[in-house]
Amino acid sequence: MKHVIAASILAGAIALPFAAMAADYTIMAPAAPGGGWDQTARSLQEAMTAEGVSGNVQVVNVPGAGGTIGLAQFAQEANGNPDRLMVGGYVMVGAILTNKSPVTLDAVTPIARLTGEFEVIVVPAASELQTLADLTAKLKADPGSVSWAGGSAGGTDHITAGLFAKTVGADPKLVNYIAFSGGGEALAAVLGNQVTVGISGYGEFQAQVEAGALRVLGVSAPERIAIVDAPTFREGGVDLVVQNWRGIWAGPGLSAEQVAAITADVEKTVNSESWKKVLAAKGWNNTWLAGDDFKAQLATEIENTTAILKDIGLVS
Amino acid sequence: MGTVDLLIQGLGVAIQPINLLYALIGVTLGTLVGVLPGIGPATTVALLLPVTYRLDPAGSLIMFAGIYYGGMYGGSTTSILLNTPGESASIVTALEGNKMAKAGRGGAALSTAAIGSFVAGLIATIALAFLAPWVVSFALAFGPREYFALMVLAFVTVSAAFGDSALRGLVSLFIGLTLGLVGIDLQTGQARLSFGVPDLLDGIEVTTLAVAMFAIGETLYVAAQGKRAPATVEPVKGSLWMNARDWARSWKPWLRGTVIGFPIGAMPAGGAEIGTFFSYALEKRLSKHKEEFGNGAIEGVAGPEAANNASAAGTLVPLLTLGLPTSATAAIMLAGFQQYGLQPGPLLFTSNPQLVWGLIASLLIANLMLVILNLPLVGLWVRLLTIPKHWLYAGILLFATLGTIGANPSVVELGMLLVFGLMGYALRVFHFPIAPVVVGLILGPMAEQQLRRALAISQGDVTVLVTSPIAATLLTLAALALIVPMILRARGRGQVLTQMAADSD
Repeated sequence: MKHVIAASILAGAIALPFAAMAADYTIMAPAAPGGGWDQTARSLQEAMTAEGVSGNVQVVNVPGAGGTIGLAQFAQEANGNPDRLMVGGYVMVGAILTNKSPVTLDAVTPIARLTGEFEVIVVPAASELQTLADLTAKLKADPGSVSWAGGSAGGTDHITAGLFAKTVGADPKLVNYIAFSGGGEALAAVLGNQVTVGISGYGEFQAQVEAGALRVLGVSAPERIAIVDAPTFREGGVDLVVQNWRGIWAGPGLSAEQVAAITADVEKTVNSESWKKVLAAKGWNNTWLAGDDFKAQLATEIENTTAILKDIGLVS
Repeated sequence: MGTVDLLIQGLGVAIQPINLLYALIGVTLGTLVGVLPGIGPATTVALLLPVTYRLDPAGSLIMFAGIYYGGMYGGSTTSILLNTPGESASIVTALEGNKMAKAGRGGAALSTAAIGSFVAGLIATIALAFLAPWVVSFALAFGPREYFALMVLAFVTVSAAFGDSALRGLVSLFIGLTLGLVGIDLQTGQARLSFGVPDLLDGIEVTTLAVAMFAIGETLYVAAQGKRAPATVEPVKGSLWMNARDWARSWKPWLRGTVIGFPIGAMPAGGAEIGTFFSYALEKRLSKHKEEFGNGAIEGVAGPEAANNASAAGTLVPLLTLGLPTSATAAIMLAGFQQYGLQPGPLLFTSNPQLVWGLIASLLIANLMLVILNLPLVGLWVRLLTIPKHWLYAGILLFATLGTIGANPSVVELGMLLVFGLMGYALRVFHFPIAPVVVGLILGPMAEQQLRRALAISQGDVTVLVTSPIAATLLTLAALALIVPMILRARGRGQVLTQMAADSD
């Protein structure tokens, strides 16, 4: 990994006199290889290279603590450097709060929101729960009797479970949320009938739903989506919309021109055919939102997330 | 079409010259990278993913499979020769393997590891082809309480297997358990024992601890001995290869290791290292040469190495049948599948049989290539030991440090490597075993999370821990493993144990 960085620094030094050439980028995925942020970073790498937006794109992984370890490192290393980008998203917003991270998203420059994925609630095919109404009734009667399997504590899955309980009038503090590391383990727990419901992005459950091993009770989208044959939370009487979004950031200390140039490069990538193919293959929605709109959205999101994490009891 | 026909058709895909080339590249890269501590197969596959975008799906997955098997094997070479485990699944190999190497039996240790890996890979890959649906339903029967029971069994059998003094073993184990508490708690998102250091939030990396304890600790120990220690070891005493006695002592551990490793690899929350622990504990218990354990018993290399590779094949069971990635490398392979619009899962076997069987067939080929590539190199590798000690250990120090900061370029990581290295030295000086520290770090967090999950699901009802038949069986085994030796010892009939071991062999 070290020599990759060294090589890119060397390449950058050689390219310096030719400022007119396409920019080189190093994209940090603040997570281990294989996860959603890593896939986003590597898909960007592929699309940027394929579209000629950049001649040389590197991906580095800095895993740990919901992305906050990578964030702290990025805020320091990328200061004033327009070649450095970082992938992040909703999970990072929650992780910063639960981990009491000293470095927050204020320390970096938001470029754009890129993709989104809706959450689904699933049950094993043999489950007695047939509809969202069944789940709501069980949750209202005894919130603890519904065990939810999902990703790490304070992440999108946990927040959605908390918001769901709150919306139907159950105490979010009593939500019996079981955190699993990685989507695979949570899926195994649902398939093995170990928990009442599973909650995660649809991609995690897709294959099992298509094979009939799992049943989707509801989707967190505002209206029905093509890939999932199931009602939305709203149709099931729960007025809640959640989208697990991912976006891209640049370092602090950049000029307005530099930020504009990065935004233009990313926008060109996102509008390309290669990126559309990526979205289709992974089942991600295009949720492009850049500049001040993204900043405003981010501020609202942080406020709402703080409120629900307090309700769940993860943040005091 | 029957399974056998599909497999033969798959072999047809895999032996196309170009696919053979991909398998060879994968195996070579995987072995090279597995040798480096810190940079594991997952990172290699991630780095190579963009290169393979232009290959056809079959070709790129065949290469991935080669890297995966190669990486699992490569780790054993440095474990045996340099006492530097490249990844967590080869930690146990270092225990006996390095002792063998120092006694001039490095060639035999490397050979039993290579052939054991081949045998285990072969059997496990065939099992993957024919038993996947059954194995996966067994693996899914494991919920939090069953995993917790499995961890209890692991604690009991494994801590009994390390060292002669139970007290010293337990002290080491508890150091490891404490280190396992460091970092963010998965269930609540709160940081524990991280003292405000961001790098500690993600816990202590197993490979950092293992490399520090084994490699750095030993380097310091050797340096402290100064001229009292002989300057070089004799690299080869007797035959370079395994002799008839080695074969006789290896084949049963290979088979037992395979039987243990494969189902544990298939479990979503298993992990290759758990299988190696069980295999080591079992081999020690069954061996007729117990006194050799800790001084270079070949069974202690043969069994865990087989378990390690069988577990690599086991990991593919949930990946192919459920789309469940149970290791970091499997997660990248899943991303690779998705790159081509393929969704691994129950439908993959019916929707893309050529690809699945091509992959299984190329695993068989990769496995064969691995042994062909590695056996002739044994003689070359062993010559590493002829390097004078001061050069050799200076090299190990450099190699261990580079590997650690290569995987995670951070000052704190380097500091941890040094501190744990000093700790490893101190433990050696005071005759505390090293392995239980690493075992505690690996098993502790798993046991804790599974126990808490089980109790959360049952809303605090402790009886769930024993009401599942699988959990009850595992806990009974653990209780027997704990109590039976005590009773026998209390009756002053220690020889009965030896007799029992001899009978069951």
